[in-house]
Formats: sequence, C-alpha cells, structure tokens
Amino acid sequence: MIPDARGYFGDYGGQFVPETLMPVLDELTEAYTKAKDDKDFWRQFETLSRDFSGRPTPLYFARGLTQHGGGARIFLKREDLAHTGAHKINNALGQGLLAKKMGKRRIIAETGAGQHGVATAAVCAMLGLDCIVYMGEEDVRRQSLNVFRMRLMGAEVRPVSSGSRTLKDAINEAIRDWVTNPDTYYLLGSVVGPAPYPAMVRDFQSVIGREAKEQILAQEKRLPDYIVACVGGGSNAIGIFYPFLDDKDVKLVGVEAAGRGIESGQHAAPLMAGTVGVLHGTKSYILQDDSGQIRETHSVSAGLDYPGVGPEHSYLKDSRRAQYVAVTDDQALESFQLLCQTEGIVPALESAHAIYHAAQMAKSLDKEQIIIINLSGRGDKDMDIVAKELGVEL
Amino acid sequence: MSRIASVFSQSGRKALIPYITVGYPTIEATLKVVPLLAQNGADIVELGIPFSDPLADGVTIQRSSFHALKNGVSPQLCLDVAKKLREKVDIPLVFMTYYNPVFHYGLEPFCSACVGAGIDGLIIPDLPPQEGGSLEAIARKKDIDLIYLLAPTSTEERIKLVAERSRGFIYLVSVTGVTGARDRLPADWEVFVSRVKELVSQPLCVGFGISTPSQAKRVARLADGVIVGSRIIQLMESGDIQPVGEFIKGLREALD
Repeated sequence: MIPDARGYFGDYGGQFVPETLMPVLDELTEAYTKAKDDKDFWRQFETLSRDFSGRPTPLYFARGLTQHGGGARIFLKREDLAHTGAHKINNALGQGLLAKKMGKRRIIAETGAGQHGVATAAVCAMLGLDCIVYMGEEDVRRQSLNVFRMRLMGAEVRPVSSGSRTLKDAINEAIRDWVTNPDTYYLLGSVVGPAPYPAMVRDFQSVIGREAKEQILAQEKRLPDYIVACVGGGSNAIGIFYPFLDDKDVKLVGVEAAGRGIESGQHAAPLMAGTVGVLHGTKSYILQDDSGQIRETHSVSAGLDYPGVGPEHSYLKDSRRAQYVAVTDDQALESFQLLCQTEGIVPALESAHAIYHAAQMAKSLDKEQIIIINLSGRGDKDMDIVAKELGVEL
Repeated sequence: MSRIASVFSQSGRKALIPYITVGYPTIEATLKVVPLLAQNGADIVELGIPFSDPLADGVTIQRSSFHALKNGVSPQLCLDVAKKLREKVDIPLVFMTYYNPVFHYGLEPFCSACVGAGIDGLIIPDLPPQEGGSLEAIARKKDIDLIYLLAPTSTEERIKLVAERSRGFIYLVSVTGVTGARDRLPADWEVFVSRVKELVSQPLCVGFGISTPSQAKRVARLADGVIVGSRIIQLMESGDIQPVGEFIKGLREALD
C-alpha cells in the first residue's frame, strides 16, 4: 500500500516533527481515516465542489495551441476556472470540511504565490472559521493583490521576515504557530509535510484526474498519451497523475522551475538537481548545500519557489512511473504569452512552465496523439510580474 | 556507565545544562565559553549545530543560528570545535541539531566523527522515536546517547515509547511552543512533569522557557535537571562571555 502505515512512499515521506506535534498528527490521521470512509463527508465535499468551487472544470481542446505546434492535440484541464482561480480550492475545501468535523475553530495556513492562502481564506469565510495565513515578506511584496483578497475575506495575513522570506519560511513559521497552539488546524497547501498530509492532499486533489479521465474518454473515447503538469510542492501534478497511475500507457510528465537555468544554481528543481534529505517533516528530494543546509531557490513564479517536493513525486521519479523536466523563467514567460495569444487564456506563471514543455513536446509527436496539460491556475495575480519582466510600465 | 549517566548518579545534585549555538557570535567565543560554563557549575553542555530552518526554535536561537551559518559554521566545523573543547573540559558534551544536517553527513560517519570528537549524546528535536530507529542503532553501537523529547501533548503511550528508547536522560519540553526565554513558567508544567515521573524511571531534564535562577530552582524540585538556552544566547550577543559565567554561577547556586 502506498503510502504505508508509517506514511512512506517507498523510501520517502514519514513524520519528522517535534514531539509536541506527534499526538496532533495521530489525531489528524485518525480523523482523516474516518472521513475517508464517510459517505456523508464526501457528499458534502462533492456538493460544495460543484456549487462553491464550480466543478467539474472543463477539459478544453486547445485548437490554437495545437495548430501552433502542428503535432499532437493538446487539451487543457481548466483548473484556472475553479473558484479563487486555481486548483488550490479543492484541497482547501476538503481540509476545511475536515477541520470543521474535528471541531477546530482556528485555521492556519502558509502561502507562496497567495493562491493557497486565498483559497483557504475563502473556505474559512464560507465555513465560519478563523483564518491566519503566513506569507514570506518577499511574497507579500510580489503578490500584493492576493494579500488584499485574503484580507477582504477576513483572513489575517502575517508577513514572515526570517530566512529567505518566501514559502519555505512561511511553512517554518506556520509550524512554529502549530507547535505553540496544538489545538489549531494546520491547513497545509501541498502534498508536502509530514504524514498524513501528502496522501490527504493528494486525495482531495485527485478530483482533477478523475474528471479529466472521464472527460477525455467521453470526448475522444480513449486515454491521453501524455499528461503534463508543473511541480512546486506538486499538488496539482499529483492530483491529475494519481487516477492515471495504473494506466501504464499514459506517460506522466512533471515540470519543475529551472529559474535562471539549472547550471546557474538559481532554480527550484529538487527532482532535477537535488539530493535526498528531510525538510518540513518529510523525507524527499530537496535542494541543500554540502553541509545539509537548505538552499535558497529562485523562480519567477512564487508558487514553484520551494526547495522541496512531495515525497510521492520522489517515489514516482525513482520508480520511473513519472518523468521530470525543468523549464526556465524565460521559457515560462514565452509560453505565458503564447497561450494568451493562441487561446485567449491567461495562465498562471506556474502553469506556464507546463505549457512550455507540452508545446515543445507536441511538435515532435504525430497528430493522433493527445496531451493533457493541467492548467492549474489563472494568471491575473501575475500581471505585475509579467509586465515588469516584459519591460512594460503599468 | 556513560558519561551522561554518571552525571545523574550523584545523589542530590540537580543537573545544570546550558545550551550555546556553536560559532555564535564567534568560534573563539564558543571555545572560551564552554570551559567557563564548566567552571561555574554546568554538568552537561549542549552544543547547537546551526540549521537553516530551525522550526522548533524561537527568534533568539533562530537569530544565533543564522548568524553562525553566515560565519560559515558547518557540522564539520562543529565537530572540530567539539574536539578542541574535549581537550579542555571533562563534562559531557551533546550536540543539539536538526535531522537534515546529520542525515546529509551520513548517520554512520556522523556518529563515528562524534566519537572522535568526544561527543556523548545527540538531541534532535525533529526526530521522534518512530523515525529514529536507524540513527539509534548506530549511536548505541558507538555508545552515544540519543536523547528523545517529550512534550505536554505527549500521551501515556508516547511517554512509554520515549522512556523505552531514550538514552542518557529524557528532555521534557516544558511548553507547547518554541524555544525562548519567558517571563514565567507555563501554568501546567508541574502536572506534565509529574505525569511523566509516574511512568518512567529515567532522569528528566526540563527545557524551553527557563531563564532565571528562581525558575530553575522551582523546576529542579520536580526534575533531575534544567536546560537553559535562549537567555544564554542573549547574554552572548555582545561577544563578552563574562556575564554568562556570572549567570551560570547564579543558576548553580539556586539549584544547590
């Protein structure tokens, strides 16, 4: 069984946390295990996914992007159309319902780009829960619009000024809060962290892959040849990969952030250029220096700017069930514009990494083949960054 | 009997265990302060190997860790420093760090290097017993005590698990929270310490939030030792180590 009873995906995963949190994780594991078999819980999740989040999201044939490549046919799984603008709402909703079921009142979360923070703030507002979001000072600056959105929905945003002032430090601070307030529910935003988070977040996100499978079978009467998704912590990728794991002919491709190039050292690609280590409670590939200190990362996209990755991705990499590649800032910006022009869709910078790789791949494939890209979020939040990168003054 | 165990075999004496971050504010300060701690009545010294993401630490030790890392302090350098300290002091020295630097060094090589440097024990706050099996097996072979922690949230089942697996002593985290000097002891610390005492026979040392002689004295009525960290780091900020010696002396007097 993956993960096993100790929360391991092969060699990866586990629970490397301070003792204070061990009983808290036991309580969470027990609550989630119960909820997993609770039909009422899932019925509530499905109803709110439909009426609150706007699911199912469409699987859309990207005619313009397909013609541009001249090869394989490309479909977009439109998570950008989900409420709050990204796939993050699936997990926030699932865990929000679980927190409520557990009788928790105070919710904490971390956020990088702000998408998970916004999704959590929305779910907390809807469910009537208190919400505190930790966000690196650097990210508060570059994603100010999302900070405002969170505050509008009643969340308290706490800027984090330690370390590199990005997602990694926001997680450190959220864990410190949790150690101090063990009655709080920590609504972690990706398939990282100690067990049961990687499997639980995957389960909530796998709605993406289940829908995509049904939709491609309905539209094309067959499974895709490739599924391509960007990987930071890796929740949107696991979400779409997971229901296809047993379909061995479907190739799974995860796209990490190569930043200014893998050789430059300024990137966020632990699966491509990292080594095994322990960060934020889980064993996985991470970016670290010669003495085991976590390295600073760089990506134009705040949501991918993280030195670790979910343990299940490490497992899929080693077992070769999935393949991982990396795309640079410049390439992502190029495909960001390409999707705007060919499809009239503005992707999140995170998703633009997947688009670049899929569009390149499509060129060398024949026209009968099918690629699904998980368009994990929309790019409204990235306008300032893209304008700046393109030298445009707003 | 391990060097740590013999500390607790002296009847009536309560163990005083100061923590310092290696290389804070300088390596020279570390080399000078440890003998001073020993002279003034410390029974064991915790040497902190700095880590970039110290998620169990409050602002004071976060700051000392980042400062030390900026000065280029690595696990290897900490081992070198420990070796030099071992020539100067006889009391047990234990490393306190997070799991990743140890894992990255390699569990076997790290334990061997610890033996070479005269290190007696390891405290790793993000390594609970469920994940500690491999390191524990190696450490035991090399007579290094792997010291586990308990917290106020620990259940009876977990107290028994830690009691079975911890060597040297058990580190009781007095509060649900991170390290850091606090004005007063947490409300229910006595309940917690008494609860553990009923279930285990090992020495119990209490840390997190103890920063004054009177707090230390109160804690030592129930516990076998007290651990003091953040307050010492604050005193060392200027680089002048004399105030640290005075402070330790005051704690010693309060305990005796």
